[in-house]
Amino acid sequence: MKITVTVNGTDYTRVVEPRLLLIHFLRDELRLTGSHWGCDTSNCGACVIWLDETPVKSCTVLAVMADGRQVATVEGLARRRALDPVQEGFAACHGLQCGFCTPGMLMTARWLLDHNPDPTADEIREAISGQVCRCTGYENIVRSVLWAAKHDNAAEGEGDRHEPRLRAAPA
Amino acid sequence: MSHAYGPLPRKEDPRFLKGQGTFIDDVALPGMLHGAILRSPLAHARIVSVDATAARAHPMVVAVLTGADLAERGLAWMPTLFGDVQSVLATDKVRFQGQEVAFVVATDRYAARDALELIAVDYEPLPPLMDALTALEPGAPAVREDRPGGNRVFDWSAGDKEAADAAFAAADVVVECDMLYPRSHPAPLETCGAIAEYEATSGRLTLWSTSQAPHAHRTMYATVTGLPEHKIRIVSPDLGGGFGAKVPLYPGYVCAIAAAMETGRPVKWVEDRSESLMSTAFARDYHMHGEIAATADGEILGLRARVLADHGAFNAAAQPSKFPAGFFHIFTGSYQVQAAYCEVTGVFTNKAPGGVAYSCSFRVTEAVYLVERLTDMLARKLGMDPAELRMRNLLRPEQFPYTSPTGWEYDSGEYPRALQLALDMAGYDKLRREQAERRARGEYMGIGLSFFTEAVGAGPRSKMDILGLGMADGADLRVHPTGKAVLSISVQSQGQGHETTFAQLVAHELGLSPDDVEVVHGDTDRTPYGLGTYGSRSTPVSGAAAVVVSRKVRERARLVAAAMLEVSADDLEWRDGKWRVRGDPDQALGVAEIAMAAHSSLELPAGIEGHLDASAVYNPPNLTFPFGAYICVSDVDPGTGEVKVRRFIAVDDCGVRINPMIVEGQVHRGLADGIGIALMQVISFDEIGNCLGGSFMDYLLPTALECPSPELGTTVTPSPHHPIGAKGVGESATVGSAPAVVNSVVDALAPFGVVHADMPLTPANVWLAIQGRPVRTDLSFS
Repeated sequence: MKITVTVNGTDYTRVVEPRLLLIHFLRDELRLTGSHWGCDTSNCGACVIWLDETPVKSCTVLAVMADGRQVATVEGLARRRALDPVQEGFAACHGLQCGFCTPGMLMTARWLLDHNPDPTADEIREAISGQVCRCTGYENIVRSVLWAAKHDNAAEGEGDRHEPRLRAAPA
Repeated sequence: MSHAYGPLPRKEDPRFLKGQGTFIDDVALPGMLHGAILRSPLAHARIVSVDATAARAHPMVVAVLTGADLAERGLAWMPTLFGDVQSVLATDKVRFQGQEVAFVVATDRYAARDALELIAVDYEPLPPLMDALTALEPGAPAVREDRPGGNRVFDWSAGDKEAADAAFAAADVVVECDMLYPRSHPAPLETCGAIAEYEATSGRLTLWSTSQAPHAHRTMYATVTGLPEHKIRIVSPDLGGGFGAKVPLYPGYVCAIAAAMETGRPVKWVEDRSESLMSTAFARDYHMHGEIAATADGEILGLRARVLADHGAFNAAAQPSKFPAGFFHIFTGSYQVQAAYCEVTGVFTNKAPGGVAYSCSFRVTEAVYLVERLTDMLARKLGMDPAELRMRNLLRPEQFPYTSPTGWEYDSGEYPRALQLALDMAGYDKLRREQAERRARGEYMGIGLSFFTEAVGAGPRSKMDILGLGMADGADLRVHPTGKAVLSISVQSQGQGHETTFAQLVAHELGLSPDDVEVVHGDTDRTPYGLGTYGSRSTPVSGAAAVVVSRKVRERARLVAAAMLEVSADDLEWRDGKWRVRGDPDQALGVAEIAMAAHSSLELPAGIEGHLDASAVYNPPNLTFPFGAYICVSDVDPGTGEVKVRRFIAVDDCGVRINPMIVEGQVHRGLADGIGIALMQVISFDEIGNCLGGSFMDYLLPTALECPSPELGTTVTPSPHHPIGAKGVGESATVGSAPAVVNSVVDALAPFGVVHADMPLTPANVWLAIQGRPVRTDLSFS
């Protein structure tokens, strides 16, 4: 099937098998390998991306279901070469070790902060509870998102925060 | 202490944060094919025939390899890291569910999977042996007809049996218990995989693979394939966790190599999650009978343990070869014990191979669990507080270096200080009062302690090796003319942050900024030989090599500096990151300035080579013995059996900390492991050999909702033999946390008369324990 998917602001048209998973479309067809495959069963969340405005597990979405829709991945998170506050937060608070779950965690964290700019630690834990990290015990991920919330709010004062991410021009 | 040690943000973070890490499945080579493995649906069966005709006819299939094909090439079996052999693709029988039977190579990963369905295998089912406790009974199914000992892998013992028996005979109190440390799986979020590329003309094999030990693997592949070792290059890219899972050789790696040689094209193989859980190295599976003897006032006199170790179908445990039970004989733990004796018998069963693969420090996990459960049971029997009993029996600082009854020499420790700190942080007395108040209200709160001594940094070559390879690690350090340095190391990070920590080590020794030190690892063509990262050995062994090589460079710099300043080298002293003239400290040169001169036309005295580059190999004189005191507070709902971990206090002493931020991250991970292993993670089986933990739907991992916000404490007792006094820490919290969780749950259930319940303490298992109905947690059918 011929599909056109907009990924991080760029349109990609490809002919794909109907059974192709979105995660494999992104990784193998587009070579956007930042999103990871981890479990087959929608348990681990290493493959979380945004489909339109919503975080989804891209191992459980067919590529053809993304036809004509907007996809955002970790590769689109940093803008104008500046890291997003959630990326900075993960570095500042040691929110990653092996880095395999990190892209999915970042995408969920960004979505959370866009919808709840000042979350509690419990709300962050709830938000990432569909994702598995085997390295951090989650504590530093929670701290990273709290850090990002604080610095997002600082950025908001500069009028920068609510620029739509999905429609941002490619870097 | 130094400008270079401290909580430095990690150098490796930016690439991971931008999605630019290079994990195994991110590697794509031109012309690359994709492999998939056909696996046995049965736990035990004779293979009557394998017919791959239809698969070979699939338009996108390039090759199919069967056991018979590999047998022609001498590759059907491979050696394990424990001197056994393991089937690469089954020829005679399948011996566990998920065993490798055939390998399909196709032009894309979906087609390779499709073609697996086209292979017809005729199996003649055999009775499976799923219960280790019956493996040595007459008439038990024979797993390994090729082994002289039948289902018996080994018998091994340590300690002094007579002395231990005498201690028990003299005791006022003896407590004994059967306990299982159930089969678990490390489940790194990235599964295992490899890409093999073979250039027939040059005879060079390059294998990108998920390897925690690239150099040891290269030696193994030379043995397996017959290719000369210098023609093999192993590249271990970014690893998405390992925890021990990426130490052994797996059949998939060998299949990728064989297929690359067969097809002349690069071949990628990446296992899926079910394959990983069902076939790669499991951990634990120790059936233990422990006994502890004490006086009436709580002095521990003796310990005994009898263990049945389930090794699965092949003995592929990755551990020092002279120790079939790993370091289990450290089971006297942190206590003054007069005498101890343990016997371990390994058995084959129809389960996946492995055994030492999950942050276990070669079975210290099992040992600590045994002694910490027994100590709690002894406290209960004596009517003593478990903290008081531990404090009374802990080794005292003046006893170090301490030789244990089973022959370990602990390097250093201040145990009571660590326990007291944990008790103070927890507010222990207040917690006990709260517990009493809650019990009076019918609420079940538990407080669980554990005190562990780890043994990490394998290891001294006089005592240990793996298949004859001494456990040393090399380090090469180059300092470029502009004073920028490149350190090449033999160990491989799986998330521990070596690129940062090792840069800090070098920077500290040479007065450089960590930014000016690049760390190269994970490529056998670019790094010196060494045995790799597992058993918390990176800092104790490779870290020591990095320090030793830095000090060599510093001494070379001293000679060049002397020539530059026209003074005798003896007149120079190293202070504040520079070589300074004694008595005239303003006359000083840093390594960067010296490096330029070392590469310049500066005339050097005879015998001085110029340049500053150096190499070192570090053979550790002993293991390091980190330790810690953990307290877990949990609440149990007796109606549902649900356990909620409320608090986790962890005091760790791993000697000098290079990067405390990274150390604390390692501890966080291990505490989550303890919660997972104690409460939910188990690979169990049904009576016909089906693996009941074959996906993340069934093999449950802790999420952010189950893991509390940990409370960490630090004491620092330097290792006397490590160059900077550091000890390993990567596995400490995994070792120490599970017994604290179980002790807290059993403590919570004390009003019900529960004295022990095996892990995992799932709601169902806890509920059954409350009902007084103990269960086998490793089998669905007992």
